Amino acid sequence: MESLGVFASVLPEIILSVAALALLMVAAFVGDRAAGLVGWLAVAALAVTGLALTLPAVHAGGEIFGGLYRADAFSTFAKAVIYTAAAACIIVAPRFFAKDGGLRAEYAVLILLSCVGMSMMVSAVDFITLYVGLELTNLSSYVLASFTRRDLRSAESGLKYFVLSSLASGILLYGMSLLYGFSGTTSFAGVATALSDGISMGQTFGLVFILAGLAFKISAVPFHMWTPDVYEGAPTPVTAFFATAPKVAAFALTVRMAIVAMGPGMSSWQQIVIFLALASIVLGAVAAITQDNIKRLLAYSSINNVGFALIGLAAGTADGVASVLSYLLIYVVMTLGSFICVLQMRDSEGNQVESIASLAGLSQTRPGLAAAFGIFLFSLAGIPPLFGFWAKFLVFDAAVAAGLAPLAVVGIAASVISAFYYLKVIKTIYLDTPTGQFSTERNAFDYGIITVCAAVVVVGYLFNPLLGEASAAAAASLF
Amino acid sequence: MNQLDFPILSLMLAVPMAGAIACLFVSAQSARWIALGATLANLLLGILLWVTFDQSVDAPMWQFVELQQGLFGRFSWALGIDGIALMLIMLTVFLMLICIGVSWESVQKRVGEYMAAFLFMEVLMIGVFAAQDLILFYVFFEAGLIPMYLIIGIWGGAERVYASYKFFLYTLLGSVLMLIAMLWMIRDAGTTSIPVLMNYDFDVDVQKWLWLGFFASFAVKMPMWPVHTWLPDAHVQAPTAGSVILAGVLLKMGGYGFIRFSLPMFPYASADFAWLIFALSMVAVVYTSLVALVQKDMKKLIAYSSVAHMAIVTVGLFAFNQQGLEGAMMVMLGHGLVSGALFMCVGIIYDRLHTREIDRYGGLAINMPRYALLFLLFTMASIGLPGTSNFVGELLALMGVYQISSIVALVCTTGIIMGAGYMLYLYRRVVFGDLVKDDVKAMTDLSPRELALMVPLAAVVLWMGVYPESFLAPMRGDIAALVARTEAARPAGDAKIAMDRTDKTVSHAELGGESH
Repeated sequence: MESLGVFASVLPEIILSVAALALLMVAAFVGDRAAGLVGWLAVAALAVTGLALTLPAVHAGGEIFGGLYRADAFSTFAKAVIYTAAAACIIVAPRFFAKDGGLRAEYAVLILLSCVGMSMMVSAVDFITLYVGLELTNLSSYVLASFTRRDLRSAESGLKYFVLSSLASGILLYGMSLLYGFSGTTSFAGVATALSDGISMGQTFGLVFILAGLAFKISAVPFHMWTPDVYEGAPTPVTAFFATAPKVAAFALTVRMAIVAMGPGMSSWQQIVIFLALASIVLGAVAAITQDNIKRLLAYSSINNVGFALIGLAAGTADGVASVLSYLLIYVVMTLGSFICVLQMRDSEGNQVESIASLAGLSQTRPGLAAAFGIFLFSLAGIPPLFGFWAKFLVFDAAVAAGLAPLAVVGIAASVISAFYYLKVIKTIYLDTPTGQFSTERNAFDYGIITVCAAVVVVGYLFNPLLGEASAAAAASLF
Repeated sequence: MNQLDFPILSLMLAVPMAGAIACLFVSAQSARWIALGATLANLLLGILLWVTFDQSVDAPMWQFVELQQGLFGRFSWALGIDGIALMLIMLTVFLMLICIGVSWESVQKRVGEYMAAFLFMEVLMIGVFAAQDLILFYVFFEAGLIPMYLIIGIWGGAERVYASYKFFLYTLLGSVLMLIAMLWMIRDAGTTSIPVLMNYDFDVDVQKWLWLGFFASFAVKMPMWPVHTWLPDAHVQAPTAGSVILAGVLLKMGGYGFIRFSLPMFPYASADFAWLIFALSMVAVVYTSLVALVQKDMKKLIAYSSVAHMAIVTVGLFAFNQQGLEGAMMVMLGHGLVSGALFMCVGIIYDRLHTREIDRYGGLAINMPRYALLFLLFTMASIGLPGTSNFVGELLALMGVYQISSIVALVCTTGIIMGAGYMLYLYRRVVFGDLVKDDVKAMTDLSPRELALMVPLAAVVLWMGVYPESFLAPMRGDIAALVARTEAARPAGDAKIAMDRTDKTVSHAELGGESH
C-alpha cells in the first residue's frame, strides 16, 4: 500500500505524462486536423490535474522516491498557477496560428510535457530532480519558441533561447557539482545540514553559480539579455506561456532552493538576491522606456516584475516567501491578460501587429479591449485599487518587516520609473487619435479569459483572505 | 455608532460608483443625466449626514462607523468620519454637482467616459476622507491618479499629455514613499486602524523618518513650494471641471493628510519640522504671489494663487493651536469653493472666446454685468475680504501662527496683500477697461445654467464669511482633541500673548497692550 501512496503524491505528474503521451499518439496518427481536439483534451487533462491537486496526498508534504521529491502546499500552490496559465495559453493559440497554415497538434503536447517538467521543478528537493525537471521544461520551450517554422524571427528566438539557456544550465550544473563536492550530497536537506556549520569557500562558489544559473531562468538582471529577443520572436501565445508558467516554476524552484537548501547560508546569498532585485527593477524600468514593440516592452516589464518578486525572497522570511507566491499569482493574471490583449491586435487583414504606435486610439475603436488593457497596465504599474498594487504591497511589507527598509525605499522609488512606460502605452491607447483600422473580429474564448483576468485584477482584494491563507500555508511548508 | 439605520458612507460611495459604471454604457445625454442624478443624490445624502452628525460635547469622535473586519485579509473595510472629514466630504459632494453642471455643454467628446471618470473620482475622494483603515486610505488616495490622469489627458488642452504625465509621476513618487512609512507603522503598531494609530506613540527618533515619508506625499499633493510645479501645468491643461475638482478637493487631501496623520501620529517630528514647513510656506507665499502677478494666462494665475493659499493652510496647521488649525480648515474649505468658482469664471469666458489669455479680454463689465458681479465677489473672497469665507480662515490661521512666530505671521500676511494685488490686477484687466474688441463685444452674459451654478457657490462663500460657526462647530471638538494630543510637543512661541493669562509670574506690563 505504501507504494500506492507514493503514486498518489505524484498523481498530477502521472496524469500529465500519460495525457501528453496519449495525445502525442493522436497527433502522430491523425495529424494536424486534430490540433483543435488535442488542444481541448490537453486543457481537460490540465483541469483533471488541477482537481488532483486537491487530494490530501498531493499537498500533505510527504517526501517520496527516497527524498528526491516533495509534494507539499508550496508545490501545490505553484502547480495550480502553472496549470492555469498553461491551459490559458493552449486555449488562445489556435486563432494566432490560423494565419500561417493552422496550429499543429504538437503545440498542446509540448505544453503538457513542459508542465510535467515544471511540476518536477517545483517539487524538487534534490539537485538531480531539479535538473531533470528544468531540462524537460527547457527542451519543450526551445521547440515552442521556434514553433512558426517559416518565420525567421521565431527560429532565431528558438536558437537564441537554446544556446543561452544551455549556457545557463552549464553554469547551474557547475554550481551544483561544486556544492556536491563540498557538501557530499545532492539533497537540499543534506546541503542545508552541511551549510549549517559554516560555509566554505567552495560552497560559496557553488551557491553563486547556482544562483547565477537560476537568475538566467527567471530572467533577472544581469542574466536577462535573452528575454526581450526571445519574447519578441516567439509566437505570441508562446510568449504568454514563457512569461507566466515557466517563470513561476523557475521562481518557485529558486525560492525552495534558497530557503531550504541554502537557508543556513542566507547571509551569503541575501546580498546577491538584493543586487539581482534592484538591478532588475531599475534596468527593467529604464530599458523599457525606449521600446516600441509591445512584446519587447512586456518582456522588460517581466524583468522588472521579477525584480519586485525577488525583494520578497531577499527578506528570506515566511512572510517573504508568501509574498513572492502571491506576487507570482497576481503577476501571472496581469501578464496573461496583457498578452491576450496583444493577441487581439490585428490589422483589418487579420495580420498580427506588434508596434505600440498601432494601439493609438484603441479606446475609441475597441473600448472594451482598451479598458481591459488599461486595467492590466495600471495594475502592472502597481496603482491601487488594482490588484497589482497588492502584490507590490506584500513584497515591500515583507522587506520592511525583515529590516530591509532601505531596499524597499529604493525599489519603490524605481517603481515610479516603470509607471512611466506603462503610462506611455496607456497614453497611446487613450489619448492618441486612432490611426489604422483594427480588426473587429472577436473571439469568445479570448474575450472570456481577458474578462476573467480583468475581473480578478479589479476585485481581487475580495480574495485577499483566501490568498493570504493559501500563500501562508505554502510558505510555512518550507520552514 | 451609526445614527442612521443604513450604512450611509458606503452608500455615498456606492451611488457614484453605480453611476460611473452606468455612464460607460449609455449615450452622451443619458450619461449627463445619470451623472447629475448621482451627484445630486450624493449631495442629499451629504446633507443628511451633516444634519444627523452629532455635534454635542460628549458626542463620540468617530461617527457613522462601519467596520467589516478583515474583509480584505490584511486590511478592513473601515469607514467613519469626524467633523473634519465631514466638512471635507460636504465640500466634495457640493463641488461635484457643480462640476457636472459645468461640463454639461463644454464637454462634447466621449461624454460617457468623462462623466464616469468624474463619478469615479467622487467615490475616491469621499473614500479618502471616510477611510479609517490606513491601507484603505492609501488605496483611495492613490487610485485618484487614474481618473485624474485620464481627465487631464483626454479632455485637456494642447499640452495635456505633458501635464498629465507630470501630474501622475510627481504625485506617485510622493505617495510611494508614504507607503513605506505606512508599512513600517503597521508593523510597529500591529494595526491598520487610523483611530488607534492616531493615539499610538511612535518612537521619537523613528517619527522623523515616518514624518518625512508622509511629508513627501502630502507636500506634493498640497502642493508646497518647491514641489508645486505640477500644479500650474495640470490646472492650465485640465478641463474646467477638472481644475475645479483639482483645486477644490484634491489639494485638500494634502492638508487632510497633515491633520489626520502627520500631526496626531508624529507630534514630536511635526514640532521638529515645523520650521521646515514655515520656511517653505513663507517662500511659497511670497514667491508664488509674485509669480502670479506676472502671469498672462488666467488659469495659471489662479493656480499660483492656490499655492500661496495652501501655504497659509500649512502654517496654520503647524501652529499647534486651536486658532491655527481651525483657520487652516476654514482656508481649505473656503479656498475649495473660491478657487473652484474662479476656475469656473475662467471657464465661462473660455467657452465663449476659447482663450485664457488675459489681454484678449477687457471691458466685460459692460456686456456681462452679472458675470462681472459674481467674478468680483469671488475675487474679493480670494483676497480675503471680511464677510467672505477666506477672511475667516486666513485671519484665524495667521492669529494661530502669530503665537508661534511673529515673523512667519508677518511674512505670510504680505502674501495676502500681494494676493489683493494680483487678483485686483486680473479683475481690472478682464472686466474693466474699454470694450473695444469685437469678439469680446459679442460675448453673452451668464446663461441660466451658469447662473444656477455660480449663485449657490456665492451663497456658501458668504455664509462661511458671515456665520462660520456652522462650519466650525462640527470640527471644534476634533481640533481640540488634536491640540491636546500635540500639546506636549508644541514648540515654544515667541509671542507673549500665547502665555497663560492666569500665570501670575507674567506681569501686566510685560503683556503690554495685548492684555486687558
